Amino acid sequence: MSVHATARIVATPAGLPVLTGEGPLALRRTRATGAGARVTVVGAMSAPLSGDRLAIEADVRDGARLTVDAAAATVALPGRPGPVPAEPAHYDVRLTVGEGAELHWLPEQLISAYGSDLRMRTRVELAATARLVLRDEQILGRHGEGPGTLLTRLTVHRAGRPLLDQELAHGPGAAGGWDGGAVLCGYRAVGQLLLVGQEFEEKPVEPRLLGDTAVLTPLAGPGALVTAVAPDALRLRRVLDEVLRAHQTHGSVSAYR
Amino acid sequence: MNRAALLVLADGRFPAGGHAHSGGAEPAVRAGRIHDARSLAAFCRGRLHTTGLTAAALAAAAAGGLDPLELDEAADARTPSPALRATARKLGRQLMRAARATWPSGELDALAAARPRGAHQPVVLGLTARSAGLAPEDAAYCAGYETVSGPATAAVRLLSLDPFEATAVLARLAPELDRVAGRAAELAGRAAREGLDALPAASAPLLDITAEAHAGWPVRLFAS
Amino acid sequence: MHLDHSHSGPAAVSADALRPDGRRRALRIGLGGPVGSGKTATVAALCRTLRDRLSLAVVTNDIYTREDAEFLLRHAVLPPERIQAVETGACPHTAIRDDISANLEAVEDLEDAVGPLDLILVESGGDNLTATFSKGLVDAQIFVIDVAGGDDIPRKGGPGVTTADLLVINKTDLAPYVGSDLGRMARDAKEQRGELPVAFTSLTGEDGVRPVTDWVLARLAAWTA
Repeated sequence: MSVHATARIVATPAGLPVLTGEGPLALRRTRATGAGARVTVVGAMSAPLSGDRLAIEADVRDGARLTVDAAAATVALPGRPGPVPAEPAHYDVRLTVGEGAELHWLPEQLISAYGSDLRMRTRVELAATARLVLRDEQILGRHGEGPGTLLTRLTVHRAGRPLLDQELAHGPGAAGGWDGGAVLCGYRAVGQLLLVGQEFEEKPVEPRLLGDTAVLTPLAGPGALVTAVAPDALRLRRVLDEVLRAHQTHGSVSAYR
Repeated sequence: MNRAALLVLADGRFPAGGHAHSGGAEPAVRAGRIHDARSLAAFCRGRLHTTGLTAAALAAAAAGGLDPLELDEAADARTPSPALRATARKLGRQLMRAARATWPSGELDALAAARPRGAHQPVVLGLTARSAGLAPEDAAYCAGYETVSGPATAAVRLLSLDPFEATAVLARLAPELDRVAGRAAELAGRAAREGLDALPAASAPLLDITAEAHAGWPVRLFAS
Repeated sequence: MHLDHSHSGPAAVSADALRPDGRRRALRIGLGGPVGSGKTATVAALCRTLRDRLSLAVVTNDIYTREDAEFLLRHAVLPPERIQAVETGACPHTAIRDDISANLEAVEDLEDAVGPLDLILVESGGDNLTATFSKGLVDAQIFVIDVAGGDDIPRKGGPGVTTADLLVINKTDLAPYVGSDLGRMARDAKEQRGELPVAFTSLTGEDGVRPVTDWVLARLAAWTA
């Protein structure tokens, strides 16, 4: 009796014609801090359990602006006790951003609890003039416990061409060496902050180290990426926030009219 | 089909510039993440299953005849670090020179003309294997093996590690390399049917982060 | 496939005397020799002497730094765009002999960026007496030793001393202080090298690099003939 649920958001310049939560994925329209609409995902706290298939789709139509955030972290949990061996849970995120549209996808952390097994797939289709801010934070285990198994993949296309494709696997079900010196080496928080917009084509960011375990880099296409590992969720957030704030207050934010 | 060509291509003495690169081992040694044979093994295993799998699948896809320019673009999307993109293109250009001297082909000439500053090394490697009459899985083996042999050789120089121990690390990874090469060839086959998003994109955050730091060191033994 | 087949791309084999556009490429001369024998000083002196007459560039191969390139930059013997440093992964002899790809890339980049060039000097990282340049990389090579390294080096031979197109015995001004016998060095070198030339230099003196300059100009005349 696993849960299959899909939540849908459609944003247009006029508002939010579609805002449909389902099962554990409840959506609330919340007050936007800037222009455009803001939606908060609430109630995903206890999901996904193993065997669950959850999905969120956000379609930001031409010229629209949308921010999606979350009320709390998402915790991947072990399966319900029972005679059948637990299947992995699946969490799919499908984002589409149209011409001149802008999406800020800023969920809270995804925590891979001990014993859990989650496959998370995020696909983003951007129009050539779309803008995107996307945060992804993964925490290996709740406080004081070992990690669960988490396999994630983020695939971003812009104007139909690949812009960024990153897969990461950690925990007992991941291929060997994930905790060695090449991949995570004892760090229990890993994340990225992706910024996409035409302004990066004209003026790519300079690669910059953010402390010893994070870096801001220009992508081959019009975007910039922070890649970070940290001992814990708090310190990971601090690094990503530093760039996010700079991006929103000065930097290229002026282009985000 | 001329299987022995794989020995020539995978030989550490194949003159394609790899000897000057540590595959991320130099910054890992500096940070204390590689300090003995055991930590070298963990490093190599992680690299094999991440960038190794990704490189092996790109190489297999190129060896299978997929468009090298589209593969080059797919490699860019899988390489967020500009230092690693530059290294991959530099090594691709150097391999191209050796490939055109050893197994000349029109396809190699065409890619060299389209990417005079170098295509991503795994793409060139796959096309080289194709020119040598090798199969996609052979190319995957070669690409996968390079991702671990480079750091192992570098660790011998950087740590004065016992070369027998370092080679034993590689030998113990052989069954995993079998699996990675098989999986890479399978995914390359799927990419031929379904499109390049079917290729793996396994990444290693610490390799991306430390590559940028290493590129800024004023004094270093290895180019990457 | 949208690859362009009409373009020939970069040369496949770099020992080819012609560049892809059909022009004659620059003469490439390698300078090797042990650490501290004066390779970089010789390169600097050659650049100062020849830069007004020839279009020149330099490739350096450092062991673990870009120090030699930086020395040349600091002393402004050539504009920075004419100096390229190759990183050798702790194996300087590999980069000039067994796997010359990074050096060939540097040479090609220099010809593309600041060419046409008459002469490219490729300086090896300081290594031992066995280090020699591949014929795929250079057209001629100079091996630089010095009197302070011991006057028995020519007698000991080795590939560099024996086969280099020019053997330079540098720092002759120091001979009295280190007890080196220049006559003996000349006799031993003759014994090892037969008819191959030997030049004694002291770069502290006025135009001290002259014997090397003359030899380089003769090679260049033969190359362009």
